[in-house]
Amino acid sequence: MAYSSAEQHHEPHSFWTRYVWSQDHKVIAVQYTLTAIAVGLVALVLSNLMRLQLGFPGRFAFIDANHYYQYVTLHGMIMVVYLLTALFLGGFGNYLIPLMVGARDMVFPLLNMLSYWVYLLAVLVLMASFFVPGGPTGAGWTLYPPQSILPGTPGSDWGIILMLVSLLIFIVAATMGGLNYVITVLQARTRGMTLMRMPLTVWGIFVATIMALLAFPSLFVSGVMLLFDKTLGTSFFMPAIVSMGQALSYKGGSPILFQHLFWFFGHPEVYIVALPAFGIVSDLISTHSRKKIFGYHMMVWAIVAIGALSFVVWAHHMFVSGMNPYFGFFFATTTLIIAVPTAIKVYNWVLTLWNSSIHLSVPMLFAIGFISTFLIGGLTGLFLGNVSVDIPLSNTYFVVAHFHMVMGVSPILVIFGGIYHWFPKVTGRLMNDTLGKLHFWVTFLGTYAIYFPMHYLGILGMPRRYYAYDNYAFIPASAQQLNAFITVAALIVGVTQLVFLYNLVHSTFRGRPAGSNPWRATTLEWQTPDTPPGHGNWGAEQPEVHRWAYDYSVPGMAQDFVPQNSAVAGGGDDHDQKAAGRKKT
Amino acid sequence: MSVAQSARHDAGGARDGMPSAGKPALWVFMGVVTVLFAQFLHAYIVRMGYADWQRLPTLPTVWLNTALLLLSSAALQWAQVAGRHGRRAGMRAGLFLGGALALAFLAGQLWLWRQLTALDYAIASGPASSFFYLLSGLHGVHLAGGLVAWGMTIRRVGHNGVTADGLLAVELCARYWHFLLALWLVLFGLLFIVPPATILAICSSA
Amino acid sequence: MALAIVLMALVAAAVLFHFLSPWWLTPLASNWGQIDTTLMITLAITGAFFIAINLFVAYCLIRFRQRDGHRAAHDPENKKLEGWLTGLTAVGIVAMLAPGLFVYAAYIDPPADSLVFEAVGQQWQWRFRFPGRDGRLGVTDSRFVSAENPLGLAPNDPHGQDDVLILNSEVHLPVGKPIKVLLRSQDVLHDFYVPPFRARMNLVPGMVTHFWFTPTRTGRFEILCAQLCGVGHFNMRGYVVVEEPAAFQAWLGRQSTFSHAEVKTAAPNAPAGTDLAAQGKLLAQSRGCVACHSDDGSARVGPSWKGLYGKTETLADGSTVLVDPAYLAESIRTPNAKIVHGYPAIMPPFSLSDPELAALIAYMRTLSDKTVAQAGTP
Ligand code: HEM
Ligand SMILES: [Cu+2]
Ligand SMILES: [Cu+2]
Repeated sequence: MAYSSAEQHHEPHSFWTRYVWSQDHKVIAVQYTLTAIAVGLVALVLSNLMRLQLGFPGRFAFIDANHYYQYVTLHGMIMVVYLLTALFLGGFGNYLIPLMVGARDMVFPLLNMLSYWVYLLAVLVLMASFFVPGGPTGAGWTLYPPQSILPGTPGSDWGIILMLVSLLIFIVAATMGGLNYVITVLQARTRGMTLMRMPLTVWGIFVATIMALLAFPSLFVSGVMLLFDKTLGTSFFMPAIVSMGQALSYKGGSPILFQHLFWFFGHPEVYIVALPAFGIVSDLISTHSRKKIFGYHMMVWAIVAIGALSFVVWAHHMFVSGMNPYFGFFFATTTLIIAVPTAIKVYNWVLTLWNSSIHLSVPMLFAIGFISTFLIGGLTGLFLGNVSVDIPLSNTYFVVAHFHMVMGVSPILVIFGGIYHWFPKVTGRLMNDTLGKLHFWVTFLGTYAIYFPMHYLGILGMPRRYYAYDNYAFIPASAQQLNAFITVAALIVGVTQLVFLYNLVHSTFRGRPAGSNPWRATTLEWQTPDTPPGHGNWGAEQPEVHRWAYDYSVPGMAQDFVPQNSAVAGGGDDHDQKAAGRKKT
Repeated sequence: MSVAQSARHDAGGARDGMPSAGKPALWVFMGVVTVLFAQFLHAYIVRMGYADWQRLPTLPTVWLNTALLLLSSAALQWAQVAGRHGRRAGMRAGLFLGGALALAFLAGQLWLWRQLTALDYAIASGPASSFFYLLSGLHGVHLAGGLVAWGMTIRRVGHNGVTADGLLAVELCARYWHFLLALWLVLFGLLFIVPPATILAICSSA
Repeated sequence: MALAIVLMALVAAAVLFHFLSPWWLTPLASNWGQIDTTLMITLAITGAFFIAINLFVAYCLIRFRQRDGHRAAHDPENKKLEGWLTGLTAVGIVAMLAPGLFVYAAYIDPPADSLVFEAVGQQWQWRFRFPGRDGRLGVTDSRFVSAENPLGLAPNDPHGQDDVLILNSEVHLPVGKPIKVLLRSQDVLHDFYVPPFRARMNLVPGMVTHFWFTPTRTGRFEILCAQLCGVGHFNMRGYVVVEEPAAFQAWLGRQSTFSHAEVKTAAPNAPAGTDLAAQGKLLAQSRGCVACHSDDGSARVGPSWKGLYGKTETLADGSTVLVDPAYLAESIRTPNAKIVHGYPAIMPPFSLSDPELAALIAYMRTLSDKTVAQAGTP
């Protein structure tokens, strides 16, 4: 089982092979992460521009209606796909899967590298749409036809084509990456690492990846068909239309079909983002409260159940779309059923805190922040899933507030928490604590200030995707003041992210040396011989796993954690303990 | 496409005795492609239910192409069997023949496109033709990807005997080909053979 | 510690905000009080969970914060507790879902005696149609849509001849009678949303969708489009006037039918005697001009009307033109003849009578301090 000399030979030496054309999962993870953060910043700036218009309508002349809709669209699409999906799977997945399961790398390193470069290409194509005539598409991130490919929507010539092409490229990248992650988890686990000993982080990413492999084809299909409708004149989604006084040559297609295909991808997408967050946050909570996660087995099954169920709830986005109204019963029911495993996860997180020893480190702050924001987002989801309550709320600011809480803010908080947590492993240095706390407090309180009141604007009936609310009599003037307040909060939150960036850069070079296991965590990535881990991760020999990932505060042990690769007796999950008990008698 | 190919590439360097990952990777990939086409076919069948549906004529070329793909698949199967028995020459012959037939299939598909366009069944002429070009085109893209992997396999089966590595590559190729053949037969059936009324009846009863 | 206090403060602030917020449901104006009830049930249940869990976390943060010499407990798994919590959650879910589904069943089942009318969406305006004396709406098809037949009624369908067409964005409805709204779009998706009615539905080109409600309060309510429909989306507004049945019948009687429609005066109730410019302003609202043209200089889909009259406009081909009544008339009746630089060629042609045109131009004139030397009427 020696680390063959042939492998040593492969170790890259030049700068280019080491950091650019690297096939090392750790480098690819960093590439993914930095690219995603960069586009994420674009999306953040766009959101602040939108907020400027909403808070102070007309004050900023350059934000006209065309631009506003382009900002909404790119903001949404970038955040959901190019930032969150890429960062969780390509960033965290890439870095953590091999390290956490004790592998030397992904199973297909070349494919892994290609996945990143194809992703980068997708990002560049998307960004290119800012520079084509007509600008990027303003069709909303859902890209609903017919509107998305007709005049009357900004960017309906070039912008939409680039958007679709970019998505198709992204899907190719995600598929390459996804194959890798799945096969690595299935085939490359080190000795002793059974599936039921994997940290929940790996479980979350693993199930999310499988979901991505099943859901993205649906987006691919709708994207290709829409592209055909736009460029080749087919009528997949296009009925006979009189647009701006002109009869078009389309005929017989169904706009609702697009919505079904889109949401068959779109809803699982929510969980593709959420499940990794669930997994990561479970590990953060357990580590920083020095206690085993409550109900590990339940947590695993909940992840799997949520993943499976989320393929049968998609039409809750279409309750008022004009689809067959009887679907409403089915999809409302499945949607509310999915709340049960989701609630179990929340209970288990908070029950883990009970009788624990909570270290309020920065990652833990973000983890607790996540529980609170995810709680709101999950609960408001019950309004929108419960079909008759959704009817007045659909497409209002209630929806905007809901999905920002549940799949915007919450996963982002986990991403931050995760970065603060694993940064010491990636760089060997700790991030600055004070700046981290500042970053947490402003972001956490700021997002509450932005989104909590926003629900009420939705209940009032203010529709989303409105550039302005000129003279609507049903909206009291005070709503405008509230909007101004929200905008100020959003700007503060936006600017505060610079603190994070500064911290990231500064600590990379100047941070306090962290040692190999600053959080005294059990999982394998903290047990590497070198920090940051070298090429091949494990030096001469891969670790052997003897226990699950949650042996914290095991009675009778000197330390309050037992690494997974430690062979000492004791600890382990229920099954292990029962087995040990049997042996004794 | 590059997935299968790079799977094979990396599988050669399986580390630390890790079981070769090429096979499961191909299975997962075929699963993804199946989901992809299932989505398309779902859309296709929904659309078929509308009143204005008119199916395309079944030109002889369709039959010809189907036969080509069938033979191509068979040739690769032959290559695989030969390889398993250590017959390098047979393996190479089967591999070459299979690839050539696949290329012929692709050419035949392009020819079919031209024929249909000439008959006024251009891509935007109606829903059935739109779906036909879309589905056959996408199937073709997957086969073209397979041909890239095939090219790498040719290189790998080199000159000295049947290596485990080379045989694995041939086996993966053959499996992917059979998969694409099966996929094409499903498409062929749904696009040209089974009457729409039957398809709709089956799907609405399910 | 700070986090625990903040969590408690957040819960307190949330509850306070909820009770003090001036932003809440608009006063109900339809029969759908049940929807409000399910909303309140959902709110109560979810609110309880929100408070309980946040406070539980806050408690843990205080009670179990790290202290020297203290170790976390190594509790065994607690299947029983998990079972109880799962059960409790399931009960909460059923308590929300069951009433929700009952209300939904009613929602998708319009009463047989409903009054039927049709709302037609088009970027970015609303128009309406009532069945005539025969009680049936005539057949429509997008093939028939033209400036003279904006709703695309089949010219030969006898059922369509007596259909009442409302070619502006204000529709009247009788109070207290169930109403089934048929929805049709000619271009893209729209959504018919009147917040005080709670009920709503998308308009989908290529098909007719519907929903129903019973107005319970008289008044004038705004119709919003709540499905992104392009750059004028936020201004695609209309009005529903709910009035006593007698007043409604009288109003309906005054509207013209398809057979003698030929696009009559469209300004809603332009009070006689008001001056031309005020009439023009009403017209601009009712024909949907304001969706694209602002009166305050802000750019929308099309150029603002503020300061337009009398200015020299640059066209797409680089030439310039003086904005005088002749140019304005041409731009309204055949918008694509001359395209202003920087704007897409997307304005639909409007067919307006000469007096209507004069009113609109008079209105534009009031929005500009410039004058045009050579006076002329179109
Ligand atoms: C400070 C952070 C953020 C602010 C201030 C913000 C603000 C906004 C605003 C103002 C809108 C437009 C609402 C409308 O006109 O309907 C919007 C839409 C949206 N946002 Fe965010 N956002 C933020 C972060 C995020 C994140 C992290 C996500 C990730 C999921 C996200 C996803 C979306 C989506 C999907 C849309 C809908 C786009 C559409 O309607 O097509 N946002 N956001
Ligand atoms: Cu969903
Ligand atoms: Cu609209």
